[in-house]
Amino acid sequence: MSIFPWRQLSALGVLGINKRNADYISKYNPRHRYPLVDDKITSKAVAVRHGIPVPDLYGVIEIEHQIADLPALLHDKPSFVIKPARGCGGEGILIIDSRNTHEYICVNGYGYTVAGLSHHVSNILGGMYSLGGRPDMALIEYRVDFDSCFDGVSHRGVPDIRTLVFRGIPVMAMLRLPTRLSRGKANLHQGAVGVGIHMNHGTTRGGYWQGKPILHHPDTGNELSGITIPYWDDILCLNARCHDCTGMGFIGVDIVLDKNRGPLLLEVNARPGLSIQMANRTGLLPRIQFIESLANLPNSLQDRMMLAKSLA
Amino acid sequence: MSINLHIKLLTSLLVITGLVVLWYKVTYLGLPLVPTTRADVWTIEARMEFKAYREVPVKLDLRVPRDPEGFIVVDENFVSGNYGLNIDDTGQDRKIQWAVRNTSGYQVLYYRLHLAPDEISITDSSPGEVAVPDVKPDQFPEYMASAITTLVTEVRTKSADNISFAREMLKRLNSGSPDSNVELLHQDVNRDEAWIIRIAGLLNQGNVPARLVRTLTLKDGLNHKSLTPWLEVHDGTHWVAISPWTGETGLPRDSMIWSRGDHDILQLSGGKNSRLEFSVGKHSLDMTVVAEQRARKLNSRMMEFSLMRLPVQTQNIYRILLMIPVGALLIVLLRNVVGVKTFGTFMPILIALAFRETELLWGLILFTSLISLGLLFRFYLEYLKLLLVPRLASVLIIVIMLMLAISVISYKLGFERGLSLALFPMVIITMSIERMSLVWEELGSTEAIKQGIGTLAVAALGYLLMSSHYIGHLVFTFPELLLIILAATLLLGRYTGYRLTELWRFRMALTWFK
Repeated sequence: MSIFPWRQLSALGVLGINKRNADYISKYNPRHRYPLVDDKITSKAVAVRHGIPVPDLYGVIEIEHQIADLPALLHDKPSFVIKPARGCGGEGILIIDSRNTHEYICVNGYGYTVAGLSHHVSNILGGMYSLGGRPDMALIEYRVDFDSCFDGVSHRGVPDIRTLVFRGIPVMAMLRLPTRLSRGKANLHQGAVGVGIHMNHGTTRGGYWQGKPILHHPDTGNELSGITIPYWDDILCLNARCHDCTGMGFIGVDIVLDKNRGPLLLEVNARPGLSIQMANRTGLLPRIQFIESLANLPNSLQDRMMLAKSLA
Repeated sequence: MSINLHIKLLTSLLVITGLVVLWYKVTYLGLPLVPTTRADVWTIEARMEFKAYREVPVKLDLRVPRDPEGFIVVDENFVSGNYGLNIDDTGQDRKIQWAVRNTSGYQVLYYRLHLAPDEISITDSSPGEVAVPDVKPDQFPEYMASAITTLVTEVRTKSADNISFAREMLKRLNSGSPDSNVELLHQDVNRDEAWIIRIAGLLNQGNVPARLVRTLTLKDGLNHKSLTPWLEVHDGTHWVAISPWTGETGLPRDSMIWSRGDHDILQLSGGKNSRLEFSVGKHSLDMTVVAEQRARKLNSRMMEFSLMRLPVQTQNIYRILLMIPVGALLIVLLRNVVGVKTFGTFMPILIALAFRETELLWGLILFTSLISLGLLFRFYLEYLKLLLVPRLASVLIIVIMLMLAISVISYKLGFERGLSLALFPMVIITMSIERMSLVWEELGSTEAIKQGIGTLAVAALGYLLMSSHYIGHLVFTFPELLLIILAATLLLGRYTGYRLTELWRFRMALTWFK
């Protein structure tokens, strides 16, 4: 093995940002399809049209004036999520778990008055969380009732399953677990735990947190490996279908597990992060290059699922 | 054709084009690669004085060199007062005519010429006729005729060609013990100039084209000098300067030919007591100015499109604008190869441009203090729950008030530097505050401070690069270097290797991954 770290990384098949951008994102993600994934209202509509299960949309706030209708829209909803339509990196998402007489209680324990919520929505509309600060819209949607399978390994927030889907084949997946540090968010750079998943049977292995390998959840102390993810086959199929409905070849698909409705598509990311490699302790390149070398990819969901399972 | 091959071809084309233009400008036009290169420039001043007659039109003609060999005319000025000025190009030299209808008394006029030595020889054919000039037999008094015939015949037998004929003739004429023929020729001549005209006449009698030239000695600090007469003989292809006293070829040391032929340098009508004096000074001038003149002399198209043809104000803007690609390349390197995180893509470059006004240390201090104070206000405004655009506007107003306060206070305290703050781009500061506060809230203070330091570090580096006189000179004098910068940027656009920071990010992979 070479003494140069970059040669070693390359030999291990680690995908770097420059290569991701130049060789995969710019090649497989057509520019004109970006609005489809960048705008959550559009992507939700597309997903619904293709029969992909998503959290229900309660309402969209498009202009400042509509903020006044917020209490009316929310009066019968004990829990809900407010998110920017074009946010990125999980920023600007507010998850309300419950309410008392005058406050909405956020998943991280903060209380929001109606005025507080209105201000947040107003920030979203002003473009505070959108790429380039463009004016945006706010979505209010169903707050997923999480499947209890991750209760022992998540600190409040939204545990989700991020899968990297290349040319319609899921190539690598990780479970993202919120921590106290991430304040309920599931983004690794915000402090969530990434846990690698075996592609063929959907069981977890060790985790990765703040640049270090870990075996136990930093807040709950429960073991991270050996959890079997329910509906694994359904999740793989759902991932593959996201490729079909977005037409993008290199995406990160976020899926949450609802207690009643099973796997739901949360969002599709056209610029998936690379920490998934650290969580799985495997480089992405061998898998991606293998898929890239295949002249004909299987068409049926079943065959694609089998191909995905054969990768690990 | 694969994309990578395409890019390689494109970048090589850009680099080759850039280098060829650069090479042409350096070798043929003599544009200097380093900003400190200066050329010695001779300033020659001809001072003419005379007494004008009352109520008579005055005309003064001065012969000046047209294209002095081995020199480039950098500039020339005329001090003409109320005189009308007219320049006549005779093909060999130029005649400047000052004219006025009515003047009187003591008059002084000046002609000033700035010459730079032309080290790069661009024409090997000397100016003037290339064909052998006709020899016009001079008129000599009759009593000299036999002496001249004898002399010419004797000299002819002892010579092989024009030059040796001239040398032999000069040896005879300057001999310490002249024979009677030579003494006769010397008789009615008392001035050097007249003597050289006579020599030229004698040579012409022998069918050797010869003429009087007037030279000027170029030596710093010369004053009240007149022109030195000299001799030129045609060797069949070229005019060759020969000392009329020793017969050696070449001009007097450190001198240039001012005019050729025996016509008067100064011609005056309508006045008397005309006098012509020369003074010579030497000073240094930016090479680029000289090169530009050389290009003009060469009729080079390249300099037609030079930035130096633009008005000075526009030039100054381009001096700054042309540094931006350099900064952009730095950003590309730092972001894609190193992996530094900054607020905004080109914001560090804009901050670096702002540092130009304040200099680095003060810039950093002022910028940091403004951002910190602005952030404090921003957090306070967050508590007020304002709409986004009004909040941004409020931050902008507060930033301007802070700048005002800093300027006024630093002026009171006697720090001149604080005043330059006014040129700081406040919109950039406002956006930085907004972005920083966002990152602060979303990703925590550590990340915000990390990115803030990253931005400042890139800005400081950018400033150091962009304030370099050397680089500034290079891109301004050779804008074709932008092609090379573009090529480098295009190549980096296809750089798919790891970023330096990724080596750190993925460092654990080296030990964990199978």
